[in-house]
Amino acid sequence: MTSLSQFIPPLVILVLLLLAAAWSTWLERRILGLWQDRLGPNRVGPFGLLQVVADMIKIFTKEDWIPPFADKVVFVLAPMILMISMLLGFAIIPFAPDIQIASFDNALLFVLALSSISVYSVMLAGFSSNSKYALLGALRTAAQMLSYEVFMGLALMGIVVLSGSFSLNEIVAAQEEQWFILSQPLGFVLFLIAGVAESHRAPFDLPEAETEIVAGFHTEYASMKFGMFFIGEYLGVIFVSAFISTLYLGGWQGPWLPPLAWFILKTSLFVLLFILLRAALPRPRYDQLMRFGWSVLLPLALVNLLLSALWQLSVGH
Amino acid sequence: MRPAKAEVSQAGTSQVRHEWRQELTLADLPELERLLGDRPPRQQSTADKILTLWIAKDQLLAAMQLLKTQSGPFNFLFDLYGVDERLRQDRQLLPAQDFTLVYHLLSLERNQDLRLKVALEESELHMPSLCAIWPSANWYEREAWDLYGIVFDNHPNLRRILLPPTFKGHPLRKEFPCRATENAPFALDEQRQSDEQAALKFDPRDWGMTAEKADHDYLYLNLGPNHPSVHGVFRIALQLDGEHIVQAVPDIGFHHRGAEKIAERQTWHGFIPYTDRIDYLGGVMNNFPYVLAIEQLAGIRVSARVECIRVMLAECFRILSHMLFFGTFAQDVGQLSPIFYLFIDREKLFAIIEAITGARMHPSWFRIGGLAQDLPNGWHTQMQEFVDYFPKRLDEYQVMVMNNSILKRRTKGIGQYSTAQALEWNISGAGLRATGLSWDLRKQRPYSGYDNYQFEVPTAEGGDAYDRCQVRVEEMRQSIKIIQQCITHMPAGDYKADHPLTTPPDTRRSKQDIETLIQHFLNVSWGPVLPKGESCFAVEATKGINAYTLISDGSNSSYRTRIRTPSFPHLQMIPVLAKGLMVADLIAILASIDFVMADVDR
Repeated sequence: MTSLSQFIPPLVILVLLLLAAAWSTWLERRILGLWQDRLGPNRVGPFGLLQVVADMIKIFTKEDWIPPFADKVVFVLAPMILMISMLLGFAIIPFAPDIQIASFDNALLFVLALSSISVYSVMLAGFSSNSKYALLGALRTAAQMLSYEVFMGLALMGIVVLSGSFSLNEIVAAQEEQWFILSQPLGFVLFLIAGVAESHRAPFDLPEAETEIVAGFHTEYASMKFGMFFIGEYLGVIFVSAFISTLYLGGWQGPWLPPLAWFILKTSLFVLLFILLRAALPRPRYDQLMRFGWSVLLPLALVNLLLSALWQLSVGH
Repeated sequence: MRPAKAEVSQAGTSQVRHEWRQELTLADLPELERLLGDRPPRQQSTADKILTLWIAKDQLLAAMQLLKTQSGPFNFLFDLYGVDERLRQDRQLLPAQDFTLVYHLLSLERNQDLRLKVALEESELHMPSLCAIWPSANWYEREAWDLYGIVFDNHPNLRRILLPPTFKGHPLRKEFPCRATENAPFALDEQRQSDEQAALKFDPRDWGMTAEKADHDYLYLNLGPNHPSVHGVFRIALQLDGEHIVQAVPDIGFHHRGAEKIAERQTWHGFIPYTDRIDYLGGVMNNFPYVLAIEQLAGIRVSARVECIRVMLAECFRILSHMLFFGTFAQDVGQLSPIFYLFIDREKLFAIIEAITGARMHPSWFRIGGLAQDLPNGWHTQMQEFVDYFPKRLDEYQVMVMNNSILKRRTKGIGQYSTAQALEWNISGAGLRATGLSWDLRKQRPYSGYDNYQFEVPTAEGGDAYDRCQVRVEEMRQSIKIIQQCITHMPAGDYKADHPLTTPPDTRRSKQDIETLIQHFLNVSWGPVLPKGESCFAVEATKGINAYTLISDGSNSSYRTRIRTPSFPHLQMIPVLAKGLMVADLIAILASIDFVMADVDR
């Protein structure tokens, strides 16, 4: 029989994650401000830290408007799917040797499955809005995210070959002597690109490219439903960062500091990288993005898989 | 006080052409003379010395066709506008008429202008349309119909352009009230509301959108009037096949304020602040053609110091406008940061503008025959700081924006047109120079002493969105060069001309004799009364050629002010540029045109 105490660690992690996602909106705005020679939010609380609270109050008290022309059930469901799939992903992340919600052998496949589900959220949001800009956003999403998922999965296979497992714990354990970023540099870069595309962040923010299609799939969303997309995006950023740290940077492993500190450090590094990308790069056109994916990333991912397999067969054993 | 002159004459003047100073006469156009043969045109003399010919209505199309194709062609339809002549006092040189249509042509090869005028009776306000010869006549004719009610026969789409479709009347006619208070109070009854709403209904056929394939479904997307990337209130109706643009139809007029109508009731001086707001990023650059046109009309000569200060500030505003263009160009292509850096740089320059003029974006600082004030003490230290600072920043932006491979891939080969196309569509400014033609009025027809400065006219070869941006970036460097020369060689002198129309008499004298006091009083209370005549002056403004054509009827305000803005024809070319491309390309094209809607709609 499951005791109530078993629910406490997941709940703590859940709350901490939501807080982290909320505060990363503050972090992004501050860091962008720093890099763009401006201030960013600095009025509410010390360093503007309480800006998030003000934003939350605002977003909760806004009218929860559903456009009369939208498909109501799907419209409400779509942001939930995003939040749920993003949060579920964290269940298999080993934050530290003894902090992990669920550990099972096919964790890697589980993550890929979840990221496929999250595509539905964005697509359904776009289609159910019944608005042209949202529709264009959804079309872009469908094409972009489905194709980048392919490269994402293929890029990961190199690690699976080297570690011989789909389990994250074993992948972390396999990096005790050498991080996979050193043995899988190409796979790392490919996965990073695909990860940015999956979380549809700049420069892969075509589904919501504000200078072209206003706000893309969430054009019609307001209030907390918009907030869920907003927080979901940051959850995605944190998740991809945590996932890359686990797969390529040895997860929680590292000298001197406690494992959790290492994990947070590595994850934050990637979160900052995400923000830097947004500050620095223009946005490619939709067809250029697709061509880049299919004609560059896909062959490279296959080559990477082939080389990893050859290496494993000839040297590994 | 112009030491720069010696060195300039070696390097700079070889490019300066002087044909435009020589008056064109009808004898220079033998083919036209032959064509008009049995009914020779009446010539009108104007203050701007542009050959002005009155021709008959039925002669127009043949004359236009000839002028466009003859050797030394007049292949640039510079401007087309109407004039309501019914209240005109000064008629001795004019034929009997109620309305006039003016066709202002430009020959880039000859570097000369030609103005054809056609007189129209109020009972017979019909004109053959020029659209078959010049595609860019389309919007100009719609404008003339909208504002004067002149009907253009065989026009493909003669609908209102600046005013809403439900508007009643033609506001530039003299009988149309100028002030809202002269009208009955606005009321929105049920009938009117339903009419207005019916007019808003979108029917693709009204926009000339037809299904090319009958069994095909298209997406009709309404981009604007409020959209993040349309730079103001600008609407484009899109017919989309997936994300590919089948047709893009611009809809303008949301920013129309009736500036040309306002000019008819403001004093000559009183209209200067309105000009600032025509191209609202251009600041004093807008005052420039206006005061130059008036000075040309009244024969006012200004000192070398005034010319130099005007050039310096105009170049500052060229930089300011180009900076904003540069930032928004990067932003529209998805690069977030440059706009912030450029805003910080603009802030530095605005601080200098503020120190000199007391205002930032709209200083209204030029005056007829001079400036509002002299330069303040210490202006050159601040200006020098900026001149030293900015080129280094431009180098950084070159790396950050122009050398970025994603940006190149987004903008190279997009929205491309040739020099011939540019002339056909009345494109001027950086959009023309990006096609490889070095045509800059500062070099071609140096005004305000531009022939004393050493600077290059940047051009590019491709004529695409990337080139248009690159040309503007180079122009900023050239403007810095000009400002540096202004700082080094600022002449001494008075900041206003000693002319009775511009400067009040000396106080000591007006306290002595009553005639001078009356002169002072009238000039201050009425404003100057300019001599009768017509005067057009064009300058190389921030976005292309900006020209003011003023018709004075010997009064203290203008009889007709025509503002020829560069952005108006530039937008007309959008359907040609966007056809077959994707939505994201359209955004890149819009960004590369560099327009502001106030400049389009006036």
